[in-house]
Parts: sequence; structure tokens; C-alpha cells
Amino acid sequence: MSQIENSGYKGEALRFLKQADCGIGDIIRVTSKGKVYEGILIPRSELGEGTIVIVKMKSGYNVGIKVTKDVKVEKLGKGIKPAFASPPIPKQNPALPHVVIMSTGGTIASRVDYRTGAVRSALSASDLYGVVPELSDVARVDTEIVFSLYSENITQKHWTELAQTVAKRIEQGVDGVVIAHGTDTMAYTSAALSFALQNLPVPVILVGAQRSSDRPSSDAATNLIGAVKAAGEAPFAEVGLAMHETVSDTAIIVHRGTKVRKCHTSRRDTFKSINGFPIAKVKDLQVTMQTDQYQRRDAKKKLVLKPNFCEKVALVKFYPGLDPAIIDFYVEKGIKGILLEGSGLGHVSKFCFDAVKNAVEKGVVVALASQCIWGRVNMNVYDTGRDLLSFGVVPLDDMFPETGLVKLMWVLGQTDDAKKAVKLLKTNIAGEFSPRTLPQEKIVEGGQ
Amino acid sequence: MAVDYAKVGLKVGLEIHQQLNVNSKLFCSCPPELFKEEPEITFLRRLRPTQSELGQIDPAAFFEFQKGVKILYEASRKSSCLVEMDEEPPHPINLDAVEVVLTASLMMNMQPVDEVHVMRKTVIDGSNTTGFQRTCIIALDGWIKVGDKTIPMQAASLEEDAARKTGTQDEGKTIRYRIDRLGIPLIEVATAPVIYSPMEAQEVAFAIGRILRDTGKVMRGLGTIRQDLNVSLPNGALIEIKGVQELELISTVVEYEVQRQLGLISIKEELAKKGITAEALKLDFVDVASVFKETKCKVIRKAIDKNQKAMAVKLAGFAGMLGRELMPNFRLGTELSDRAKFWGRVGGIFHTDEMPNYGITIEEVEALRKAVGAGEDDAVVFVADTAENVLDALRAVVERAQEAVNCVPAETRTAKDDGTTRYMRPRPGAARMYPETDIPPQMITDELVENVRSNLPEPAEKKLARLIKQYGLNEKLAKQLVDSEYNSLFEETLKESGVAASTVSAFLTETLKALKREGVQVDNVADDQIKSIFKAVGLGELAKEAIADVFSWLSKNEGKSVQDAVDALGLKMFTEADLAPIIERIIAANKASVDKLGKNAFGMLMGAVMKEVRGKANPELVGKLLRERLK
Repeated sequence: MSQIENSGYKGEALRFLKQADCGIGDIIRVTSKGKVYEGILIPRSELGEGTIVIVKMKSGYNVGIKVTKDVKVEKLGKGIKPAFASPPIPKQNPALPHVVIMSTGGTIASRVDYRTGAVRSALSASDLYGVVPELSDVARVDTEIVFSLYSENITQKHWTELAQTVAKRIEQGVDGVVIAHGTDTMAYTSAALSFALQNLPVPVILVGAQRSSDRPSSDAATNLIGAVKAAGEAPFAEVGLAMHETVSDTAIIVHRGTKVRKCHTSRRDTFKSINGFPIAKVKDLQVTMQTDQYQRRDAKKKLVLKPNFCEKVALVKFYPGLDPAIIDFYVEKGIKGILLEGSGLGHVSKFCFDAVKNAVEKGVVVALASQCIWGRVNMNVYDTGRDLLSFGVVPLDDMFPETGLVKLMWVLGQTDDAKKAVKLLKTNIAGEFSPRTLPQEKIVEGGQ
Repeated sequence: MAVDYAKVGLKVGLEIHQQLNVNSKLFCSCPPELFKEEPEITFLRRLRPTQSELGQIDPAAFFEFQKGVKILYEASRKSSCLVEMDEEPPHPINLDAVEVVLTASLMMNMQPVDEVHVMRKTVIDGSNTTGFQRTCIIALDGWIKVGDKTIPMQAASLEEDAARKTGTQDEGKTIRYRIDRLGIPLIEVATAPVIYSPMEAQEVAFAIGRILRDTGKVMRGLGTIRQDLNVSLPNGALIEIKGVQELELISTVVEYEVQRQLGLISIKEELAKKGITAEALKLDFVDVASVFKETKCKVIRKAIDKNQKAMAVKLAGFAGMLGRELMPNFRLGTELSDRAKFWGRVGGIFHTDEMPNYGITIEEVEALRKAVGAGEDDAVVFVADTAENVLDALRAVVERAQEAVNCVPAETRTAKDDGTTRYMRPRPGAARMYPETDIPPQMITDELVENVRSNLPEPAEKKLARLIKQYGLNEKLAKQLVDSEYNSLFEETLKESGVAASTVSAFLTETLKALKREGVQVDNVADDQIKSIFKAVGLGELAKEAIADVFSWLSKNEGKSVQDAVDALGLKMFTEADLAPIIERIIAANKASVDKLGKNAFGMLMGAVMKEVRGKANPELVGKLLRERLK
């Protein structure tokens, strides 16, 4: 039957439309209260009112008309399928680096069907070139769709699959990998890949957009160009995350995969390097390194793939009055690791002591990072910290909680032995620890 | 030359936009205010033309994008937040603004839609940080009466105002916009193209403006209302004229546009007679720097000294055409120049129809003609600027000349203060609109519509009759008041000040008109300040005669109070104690007459005292004191 069934219409509106045999995109006429509305039938949001039919009029505007028994709905003509010929792939410049762009979901590039208002993602290489033509001056691009997920639906299994896919492409020999990712959990994925892909010969850069790519002001294209430029040419070989440096479209900043966090719900410069500095900057198509502390690009390096993650890890955020039964619950559920998000220098209330002690005794790895986000935990300053250390809680130094959590998942994916796990947890694998916190005038540059 | 508009087939449609006087912007909680100071925050953006399934791209926008045009936005914390910066999604639509548009729609006999859907209208010239303007239709298909004629109204929409352009820099490659105005709610009402003369266009605009004012919820003053006109002639083209700010200018704008199109039609006919075709106008650009080696022309001198280019192109058969006046102070040459400025970012062009001039000698013109191989019947256009700008400018010039061969190009033009129009950009293609998915659809319930309907403002005719009856105004004054922007202020002022209706109405109509004619910026004075002036009069703190002076002072001293004006102008009313010595002095000065006339000297003395204290003293008080003194 017509696609009207899955168009979001329900109730009265659906009955009217079915009766008149109207499908999405068809030209219809609605007569209501003596007025006539002609235009294209537009799909309805699932959550919308059940009595409204949406018509896109000749002027381009959508209006919602209520269907009641006095309203007439007619079909005037069949909809035309929108046709879009992807532009041919521009001539590839053999002198340019070869970069593979993987997509995990969201739309780093998209086109709008102005006829129905639908936004379609552009994922093939030719689509990408069509939407972001400047790419052909930056790299020879090749694309791979790994999955199509909202970033909040990405799990440890996906990290594993993604790491394997990246490893496969790197082994085939590319000059860099770019991964388009929804921004919500992009920093978790960047941390996960930082641990899973060791001794990288080339950069692996995650990239996203804070404004969807269907709008002219989107940051998607500029971020993508910056990411591809860095992946193809930058002298470092680490997992990075490339996004706007400020609210201006001036520079793209590449953060270290283990030191980056989403810090604002909506700004373009939402990602900040926490307890560390960005690795590189791309401005006017020039890459400049922001530090000399980085792993060098070297095609001869042999990638070490360690893609396993343990799902039985929990994050417990301490807050005044936290019920220790939550910790007990996790232990009873057979959890293998708990990341405590402690207060200040690294504390939880004394009411939690027994539960923490019990967890460690049961073989659960309990690590602690600070909910302050910025700064380093130091559990030697106050009694509480010293007590927690004596129970076997592992302080995570200047790692902020999200990276700490991902690392705990990765560590427990490598070993079942709690002692070995603790040792690995304390080893600096991918720049997640920085021994020195450098002085800065403000906590965060460019933030609010 | 009187034009028979019916004969030439003139058709005009109107789109009227007016800012709404509500507490906050359309999609955030910022106050709808502008700032004059230096911006507190600036940020740089590029807007990228997005591709549709049909591959449509706005040609002007794509051109600007290719040229790497950047936009520098200016913001202040007072008037914008992250929403205007496109750094935060829009908040739900301002329901007060929806109600105002509903009110106006019902007054124009339109049918509200049952559910409002906010759309994104793609605009990538930088005037919207998002790259689109948010707009929605509130009601459709109504009518208004203008005289005996019924004018069909197509739609009433609610949309966000755009950022305002404050300048350009880097040879035109960076455009500056201020985002204070962005997001201010605008009502847009559109008529069908059923207006057939310039005067009728003005009358219809006036009628719509009055209905909008009757809602009591629209802003007034310069920049708060913008009238767009769609003007077409069957042998010419459909021209969209943007941004006519003064109502009184509408008929002139239409007249000039008809004149311009008729002029272009006759140029086309002459060119055809000469056998000039579009193909005869070639993109052959000649470097003419050598011609101007010793030039006294400052513009060319500067370019050559900066090592830029001076280039020329021949326009075959165009001699005399470029100097042809199409509108006052506006020639075909101006059309070419406007195109060159837009597409080539140059300051202007030179052409042989205006030579010798600007320090360019006859000898240079001759050499120039020779350089491009131009005969007597040909015109030469030349430009000096960077190589890139010169080439873009000359290409635009040739394209415009080719269009002249074909007749009137359909384009979007912008209205100037003198009623002439200038090229703004090519006509955009079909409206590129898609849904604003960040804002949920808004139901317009029957209850809401009925509630608005039962609270509609008093229609103008009823109000006119009531003002005459209730306040004893004469018909002329009452009519002027109802037609004025101040019609709702009148009754509020009366109520709050207790000043006589005739005084308030005369000021709000005739005095204000006179002040405006004298060049006083009447829009600088807010309604509340006007009320304060009359309150001071009501309290006896200010003389009636001083109202206009206080008003004028306030218009020049924004942010100051009526009290400040009274102090600055020395208008503090004289008390008995202040007046006594003045009266003594004047009596002493006229001692001989007073001795001779006694009480009969009153009239003469009264005149002399009032001459000195007019505007600062109550005449009754002066009379009383003088009478007592003469006893």
C-alpha cells in the first residue's frame, strides 16, 4: 500500500488520507471552513496531534489543517520522486594523501529535499564531494559506512567493531582515518579508540557537528575539512577529535582522544581539552602542532589492536546523601569495575566506606576520578582520601571521570585478574595521564 | 510625461513587514532592542549553500561563497544571546507575537490555520546567522476594503527580523552584520497583485498600516516598518523592490520603476534597430594601464600605484545609451555600475558617456577607445581595482549590457530615500523552504481564535466617531489622529495627564508633523516620554507653549528625562516670587506710561512681561500679579 502507513499520521487524519488514497508527496486539496488549501502532503511527526493534515503550499509554507466531518480531502495528483544526480567524482589528485572517512551515524553531510522537507544524508564519496567540494583539494577520499546510530546508542560492542574496521583499513595502507560521529558520546568513543588502537602509524580523527549539516551555518563541512586535512597530513599518529576551536568558523582544533570532553550542550566549541592541551590546529588549510609531546606519524609502525571492552563496569557519582546500597547492588549484580566520581580531591562520604571495602574484597576494581572535571585527585590530603586508599581504591590522577570509566572498561576487557587490571589502570597508555598541570590564566580557554 | 498606467498594464502587489511591540524576540527571551555602542563580542562565520535534491542553489549566494566571502557578526550581551548567534537551538515561539498576528489577521478577514508550522527560508547573504529565516503562516485568504475596492489579502505570517548590515571590510570580502535586530518578531502581510496605479499602491499600504497600528502592538519609527513592492509590466519584468521605509514614498517608487522599465524597453528597441545582439557584446577585456600612465584621475592613479589593474571592455553600439536617464540621477550606466559593485566588489565604473570627467582627459579617452577598438557608436567601460575584482566587475557589466539588449532583467532591487531603486541581487529561485524541526508545531485552537476575535480593537471608523463625540474634537483633527501612528497614545496621554484633549491632539498631529518637517527626529522620543511631557503640563510644571521645545530637546538627547529637558532649557515655571521683580523692573522701565495711563497701562505691561517670560509663566498668574500691582 501507500507509504501513508509509516508517515506518522494516525487517528482521524490517517482515516481521511487513506479514504482519499493520499500518499506522502502527493498533491492534495483540503477544503475546510470554506477555504481551500492545495499542496503537497507532508509527513507528520509521530508525536503530533491525530487530527491534523500537513500541506506544503505553493508558497513553500507548511500549514496544518484540522480534519473534521465537514472537511474534504482530495488527491489531485501523484507525487513526483525527487531526482538528484550526484555530481561525478572530481579527478583525484594522486599527490594528495589517501584518507578514509567512516560514518557511524548522524549526518556529517546532507541534502534537503525542499519539496517535502526531508533531510537525506550524503554518505558516499561522490555525495560528499558534491556537498563539500573543497575535499577534493585536501585528500583522496574514500568512504565506509560502519553503522548508522545516534551516538547515545553506541555501546562497547560498537567500539570493538569500529576499532577492528579502522585497524583493517590502516593495515591496507591509508594515510589517515576520519570517523564521523554524533557529538554526544564522541569523546567516550575517542577515549575507547585511544586504548584499543595502540602504536598507530597514522592519525585517527573523530569529527562531528553541533549544527546539523542541512543548514547553511552548519559547522559540519568546516570540521570535516579540518579533520581530513589533519588525518592526511599532520605529523602526529594518535586518536584525535577535531571540532571548532571557538564560535567562529576560523580554526579547527584537534584534541587528544583521552583528554577531551563535551562541555556545552549546543556551542560549536563544545569540546575542550581537559587537564591538557590540544594536539594540533587547522587554520586556512594549514596544520600547526600545538605541542611537541605527541606520537609521530610513521608508516612503518605496526599497529597493535586491543579492541575488547568489558561491559560490566559502572559509574557511581557521589553526591551528599548517596545511598551506599547502590554500590552493594552493583556488587551483587556481578559488576567487575566501579568508577567512583568523587568530590573534590577524591572523596566519598564515610557512610559509603563499608560498601567500598566490600566491593574491593569481592574482587571489584574500584577507581576514583573527581567530579570537579578539572584538576588532579590527591587522596593523601584528607583522612577520607587516605581511608579510601587503604581500602584499595585506585586514584586516577588527572583523568576525568568519562575517560576513567572507558579505561576501566578497556582494562577489564584485557584481563580478569584484578591485580593486573589495577596495574594496567595505572599505566599511561594513550596520554590519559599528564604528570604536570601547566599554569593557565583561566581554567578553560575560550569557554564561558 | 503622464503615464497611462492601465495602458502600460502595471500590476503591483504589496508585502508589508512591521516589527511587533512585544516583550521579547520571537525565539528567545532577549529584549527587542538595538545597540549603538561598539560590539562586546564579534565572531566570524561562513555560510555554505546547501544543496537540495533538485540541485537548486541561490546563484548570488553561491558566488559569494566561492569568492570566500566571510561574515563578521557583532553582538552585545544586552540584546542577544546564544540563540541569535546560532549557538543554541531556538526556544518555543513567542505566543504574544502569535496573538498579535492573529488579531491583525482577523481584522483583515483571514482564516487562521489550525496548526502553525515554522519553516526555514534559506537566506545565505549573512543576514541570518543560521543561513535561513524562520517564518510561519498564521492565517490565509482574507480581504480589506480600500475605498470602494476590495483588496484580497493572501497571507499573514510571523517571522524573525534579520541582522542589520553595518559595513564591509577587506575589499568587500568580509561583510559585517549586527545581530541585535535578528529575532525581533515581524508580521508580514501580503496582498494579491491587484493594484493598478502608484497612488492606489500607496492607499492600500496606508490602509494595511492603519490596521496594523490599530492592533496597538506594532513598533513605530524608522526601520520598524518595511514595505516590499512587486511591480510588473507585461513588456517589462516582475521586479521585487525591497525595503521602502516611508509610506509616502510608495507611489514615487512605483512611478520611478515604471519609468525605468519604460526607459529600458525603449533602449532595447533602439539597440534592436541598430542590429545589436547580446552576442555582439563580448567578454574581451583589455589591460589599459598604459593609457593611464600619467593620469590625473585619483581612483585610477591609486590603483596603478598599488600595482592593481586598470581594464576596459567595449560595448558595441552603446554610445549614448549609458548616459540615458532612467530615473532621476540614475542612468543605464548606474545600472551597470551597481552590478559591477555587487559582483566585482569595486567602488564603481567609468564609462565613455560621462567623459571627459573625474580628471580623465579627452586624449586618454581617445587612447582608451583605440586600445579596445571602439568606434564612435560604441561605449567603453573601464574599471581599476585588484585583478580579481576588475574581471568580476567587467563580466557583470557585459552581462548587464546583454540583458539590456533583451529588455528588463527580473531582479530584486532596494529602495532609496529619494524613491529610486538600485540593484540588490538576482531574483531568488523558487522559495527554498523546509521545516524548522527544532520548534514544535503550535495549535491554534478555536478557543484562542474566539478569544482574540471578541477582543478585537475598535475599527477606525468607529473610533473616529467616538473621538469626535467623546472629546469634542473637530472631524479633521480626529481623522488625523486616527490615521496617525500615535492614535493609541492619544487616549492614554489624556487619561494620565488630564491635559485638554485639543492640546494633546493638536500636538500629536499638527505639531509633530511640523517638527518632522523642520528635521526633528521625532522617532527618537518614546511614547512614555511624550506622556511624561504632558504629565508635567498637567501638574503645572511646564507651560503648554514649551511642549514642542521639550520634545525637540529630548529627540536630540536620547536617554534623558523631561526634567532634564526643563532644566537644560531653563523652562522651570516662574513662581510669584520669581515674577515680582520682573514686573517691578518692567513697570520702572515704563514709568512715564504707567504714570500717565494708570490701570489702562495693563495691556501694554502684560505684553511686555509675557514677551520676557513666555513659556515659563502661567499668563493668568502674570495678569493677576500685574492687576494687583496696578491697583
